[in-house]
Amino acid sequence: MSPVMVLVGVLLGFGSLFLVTGAVGLLRFPDVYTRLHAAGVGDTLGAGLILAGLLVIPTFGDHGWVVELAAGHGWHGAEHGVVTSFKLVSILFFMWVSGTTACHALAKSAHLAGVVPWRGVDGGTEE
Amino acid sequence: MILSGTMIAVLLAMGLTLLRALRGPTVFDRILAVNAFGTATVLFICVHGFLAGRPDFLDLALVYALMNFIGTIAVLKYLHHPDLGSADDAPAEAVQMLDGGPGSGGAP
Repeated sequence: MSPVMVLVGVLLGFGSLFLVTGAVGLLRFPDVYTRLHAAGVGDTLGAGLILAGLLVIPTFGDHGWVVELAAGHGWHGAEHGVVTSFKLVSILFFMWVSGTTACHALAKSAHLAGVVPWRGVDGGTEE
Repeated sequence: MILSGTMIAVLLAMGLTLLRALRGPTVFDRILAVNAFGTATVLFICVHGFLAGRPDFLDLALVYALMNFIGTIAVLKYLHHPDLGSADDAPAEAVQMLDGGPGSGGAP
């Protein structure tokens, strides 16, 4: 097991953990604003770690690991490595920028529409 | 094997997010859930591209990310302005028409 493979495994594992955690929080939190917090975890940390883990493969992976990963499905290896890395970095950058902007717009829109924040189990809007 | 596990996690997150989109009491819950579902879709396409050995799928993922953001902003704007072409600095009579004033119903 090469060190690159270990790094990919750690990044993808933690990204999957954060993504599922954000989805569970999105399902179980009591309010729009608290659900925004949970979805923000999944959007930034989950997507960021998963895309970073995928970014390690074409950037730092040796050719044997890449060929073993592709399992003979027509991966061309090194000549596509730079282009694939650039696409992953652009997806990561745009997802971070657009995710935070959409989160801010959603919170402002809900506040302007009069959605009352959750004040606790006994004091506020129940689910 | 690592990529397969990541794909299962992404599918699980997509299912939970879709459940919130179906259950959400307010419309903002549904918009938030659809936005998170779009993010999970982008990740699914990326992981599938690497799993199948075809990184060209990243182009599709980039387009999905762009359209997800634009769609969310468009729906949020449509909730506050019934006309997507309106702006905050619109003339006063246009705002009156949007509010159902005496001039509403006719072509400008």
